[in-house]
Amino acid sequence: MDLNLTEEQTLIVGMVRRFVREEILPLELGLDPDASELPAEEKDRLVALTREMGLYGLGIPPEYGGPEIDLVTQTLIAVEMSQHRAGLYAPCYGAFGGAGLAQLFEATEAQKERYLYPTLKGEKRGFFGLSEPSGGSDPARAIQTRAVREGDDWIINGGKLWISGADKADYGLVFARTDPDRGRNGVTCFIVDADTPGFHVRRIVHTLRAAHYATELSFEDMRVPSANILGKVNGGFAIANDRLTRQRIPYAAGCIGVAIKAQEMALDYVPQRETFGAPLSTRQGIQWMLVDNDIDIRQSLWITLEAASRADQKQPFRKEAAMAKLVATEAGGRVVDRCMQMFGGLGVAKELPFERWFREMRIRRIGEGPSEVQRHVIARELLGASFR
Amino acid sequence: MLRLEKAWEPIAAALAGESRAPLHGEMGVYQLADAADEVIFIGYAGGASRFGLRGEIAAFEERAPDAVSVRFEVTTGYLSRYQELLMLHVADHGVLPRCNPPATLGRLSPA
Repeated sequence: MDLNLTEEQTLIVGMVRRFVREEILPLELGLDPDASELPAEEKDRLVALTREMGLYGLGIPPEYGGPEIDLVTQTLIAVEMSQHRAGLYAPCYGAFGGAGLAQLFEATEAQKERYLYPTLKGEKRGFFGLSEPSGGSDPARAIQTRAVREGDDWIINGGKLWISGADKADYGLVFARTDPDRGRNGVTCFIVDADTPGFHVRRIVHTLRAAHYATELSFEDMRVPSANILGKVNGGFAIANDRLTRQRIPYAAGCIGVAIKAQEMALDYVPQRETFGAPLSTRQGIQWMLVDNDIDIRQSLWITLEAASRADQKQPFRKEAAMAKLVATEAGGRVVDRCMQMFGGLGVAKELPFERWFREMRIRRIGEGPSEVQRHVIARELLGASFR
Repeated sequence: MLRLEKAWEPIAAALAGESRAPLHGEMGVYQLADAADEVIFIGYAGGASRFGLRGEIAAFEERAPDAVSVRFEVTTGYLSRYQELLMLHVADHGVLPRCNPPATLGRLSPA
């Protein structure tokens, strides 16, 4: 087992690191400390650079125009991309593009023409509508939105909560119950145009992420044609579940990147800052924080890379992805917290990124399945599904 | 409370500290109105604003010269609240306040 980066990986990581340091960090100095978007002309300029680097569209399969990069390398890139103030939720402010709603790669050709290709070209935006007021981690039971067949159409009634980007989207994937008696096998995924009569964005939901909000949606007699079913009727759970598993790896990687940057800043700071006549770095209490940070970062990184490696090798990786998400989000929170402590008052000021990372990192233990659900997934894999 | 529905205060009084809720350096959102109490500008004081709400509102003439009154809300979630107030204004009136520059906004249809 070789734990060293290949020559190609070393080059790519170095290139992305330079991009963050030379392009993103200087830009951030002029932005609001909570900003998550760049002015359009700046974003276009950065996208042109990532295209030139051959790294635009990470996560898009090569047959659809994405770069041919394995998941381990994508994970290493994601770790680098997040090493700036907005990096946890807006790595490089979207300059590297992304796959958007990856489920659409499994769509019919007509659906791809209408939704996938315009999305890959940046002409359309989609949202992922799974969670409801009744919950998000147990879609098999929590989905109460109903879809009832009427001729060639389906009539959808219900609502969704915690949905990102629905207010600015052109369409979304909406999961609805089509068979009330079949649990997880009674959920269907519909592609819904946002201008469909009966589709409403009722309110925005403010969270710890000051620049970004979730939305609450309501559907009132929303008519959707059968042609807009993604996959099969009652086959929506597999679509949702696949997404949740894959998403955990880049989600973990972002936390590791921020932790690395926080630790780097702390390592620069503590030899310079003097208290009671000696640099902070000479204090054992501070040294132990740095040591614990390093251990947290390394174990998160290796667990996440192992999950990515298994996915690359087409081996089962559900347990490893859950473990990566669990370990990296919790470790990231601890690292940022310790770094804030080392910086004292500066650590909580908006002049430095720690306070933003602290708020946003807290969400990571809940988003994409909370820590407790990850432990549940891991336990189920260890013990077998029958233990329930 | 979805909309900002506090009573309007004269800007001069707010800046002089004579208002019911004196302006300080907090982060938050604010609305400026003309003499007819029509909202003509929605803004925010963020983490990079010098002197917070007080500094932003004191510079009102750069954004809305005919503004005469103000109301504000202190919040650390100023960016998402700012977006929300703009979206609500568009939902209610069909257009942005006349002194706000064009913005890419989501659509909201509050019940």
